[in-house]
Amino acid sequence: MTNTDDLIRISHLNKQYDTAAGPVPVLHDLSLEINRGEFVAIMGPSGSGKSTFMNILGCLDVPTSGQYILEGADVGTLDTDALARLRNKVIGFVFQGFNLLPRANLETNVALPLLYARVGKAERLERARHYLNAMGLSKYCKSLPSNISGGQQQRVAIARALASNPSLILADEPTGNLDTHTSQEIMDIFTRLNAEEGITVVLVTHEPDIAHYAKRLVRFVDGRIVHDGGVEAAHEVAA
Amino acid sequence: MIGVMLGEAWHAMGANRMRTFLTMLGMVIGVGAVIAMMAIGQGVKDSVNESIASMGSNLFIVLSGSASTGGMRMGGGVAPTLTLADAQAIAELPSVRASAPVASGSAQVVYGSNNWSTSISGVTPDYLEVAGWQIADGYWISDSDTRSATRVAVLGQTVVDNLFGDEDPLGKIIRIKQSPFTVIGVLQAKGQSLDGRDQDDTILMPIRTAQRQVLGQQFRTSVRMTMAQAISAEAMPQAEKDMNDLLRQRHRIRQGADDDFNVRNMTALAKTAAQTAELMSMLLGAIASISLIVGGVGIMNIMLVSVTERTREIGIRMAIGARRRDILAQFLLEAISISIAGCLVGVALGVSAALLVNHLTDTPVVITLSSILLGFAVATAVGVFFGYYPAHQAAKLRPIEALRFN
Repeated sequence: MTNTDDLIRISHLNKQYDTAAGPVPVLHDLSLEINRGEFVAIMGPSGSGKSTFMNILGCLDVPTSGQYILEGADVGTLDTDALARLRNKVIGFVFQGFNLLPRANLETNVALPLLYARVGKAERLERARHYLNAMGLSKYCKSLPSNISGGQQQRVAIARALASNPSLILADEPTGNLDTHTSQEIMDIFTRLNAEEGITVVLVTHEPDIAHYAKRLVRFVDGRIVHDGGVEAAHEVAA
Repeated sequence: MIGVMLGEAWHAMGANRMRTFLTMLGMVIGVGAVIAMMAIGQGVKDSVNESIASMGSNLFIVLSGSASTGGMRMGGGVAPTLTLADAQAIAELPSVRASAPVASGSAQVVYGSNNWSTSISGVTPDYLEVAGWQIADGYWISDSDTRSATRVAVLGQTVVDNLFGDEDPLGKIIRIKQSPFTVIGVLQAKGQSLDGRDQDDTILMPIRTAQRQVLGQQFRTSVRMTMAQAISAEAMPQAEKDMNDLLRQRHRIRQGADDDFNVRNMTALAKTAAQTAELMSMLLGAIASISLIVGGVGIMNIMLVSVTERTREIGIRMAIGARRRDILAQFLLEAISISIAGCLVGVALGVSAALLVNHLTDTPVVITLSSILLGFAVATAVGVFFGYYPAHQAAKLRPIEALRFN
């Protein structure tokens, strides 16, 4: 059953970590498909394996067994350079702690993925300014991250995620360090990107209100998916 | 890409100026020491070569044998076994271009109220060229001076300075062992010989004059030594053999008996001196190179610290698409930048140090472009060599672990 809408196809995926005390299983036999244009929230208590799952989705880590296919590529078989290329071209990351380079100004930060994509300098800066402008930050192009607010920093991070024109945005607790009002602004941006640009968004959160922005909810408990469906369930189980 | 990375390296270096400066200091001192030592070594080498050139080329010295007086054996050149006729016979050998017999001793020389003790050499006209002298002023000893044993003298620069001061010595009469001598010429200064003797502290005069008037009984008919010049550098071994055979025949020395003369190859001696200077120069360079290596280890140390401090940054870069070789290149370039920046300052320091040494101690120094280029090449190599390991450590970090690092 090949579906051209498949962006992510995961089948029978297992992940375990090898520790001194022996192998510790983290994810058990996951199977999941995410189509292009979906907006998925992932919830679950700490230790449920959702971060590990995000790392695998983001090609930062590879599964122990099972298959993960991203845009037709079997991630488990790729070498580190190919994984880096995939992260660069297909995925945009947004982290809880923003993760901007503190010594580089905003346009340099946003242009960084393009640098690793070997885009020429003029085009790099032009695109960086374009996305900063789209985030309403055009007057801060030369500022350092430490000179702007947290909400602004997260918007810079989103601009950086968008710079290489990805199919998938992975957001790991993107509002975790922000106040309610700013959180809403950031979530509105994700909603808009998903609705208008058709970008697939997968976000991890523990706040039901934030999960409500998504259209699909996947809940993890003990390394297994216990819910995959409507976001109305976000409040129920959390309560 | 390189431009951006250089910019980033510059930023990273600027972010912790004190630390960057201290790290660079190792390279500065290392490169400075290498440049200064090479300059001094090259200077010494050049001055040795100059002394060798002043000695005359393809040169032999034939010394008369040692004498034995009442069981006490004297050194070479003491027994009066070598004669003027021997010198002439040597000059006629096909492998020898010219020979110049020398009868030498020392005497007190007086001019007006000044007196000076110096070495006196009785020579023939050929001596000037064989020994590599040049006339600065006046005339050289002529054949007729030699034949008729006239009382004329050609003075070395040191003797002129001590007897005459600022006065013009030409045509003046000096007294050597009570006999009056007319000064006909002054020699061009040569400076020190290889063994540190002042070659300009000498008086030259016709050989028969010296034998009869100055040196006394012992050398009345004989000479202390004969200088001989081979026709070419290639003919040196042949000339040495020819002279040995000739003198053994002339002195009627039987097979198996000891020679009563001694042929010394001065060029071989000079070569040894040049090799010694070369060796010293290399040794200085080698010692200085050790500080370069120490500087390199300093860079490696700081780069390792820097990689640890910037683990999170490395994680971010990897997450957004940096490949391992991008990270490797970034840290390698940073190490090379530090080492080349250190090298630039080091070259300036080394050149100033060499000039200062030259100024303070009169040690000759020669700063060559090649030594500066070598300094840069070595600094780059040190940057690559000692930067590679930390850069490799950075590149092999796993992105999730690097991102998790605080």
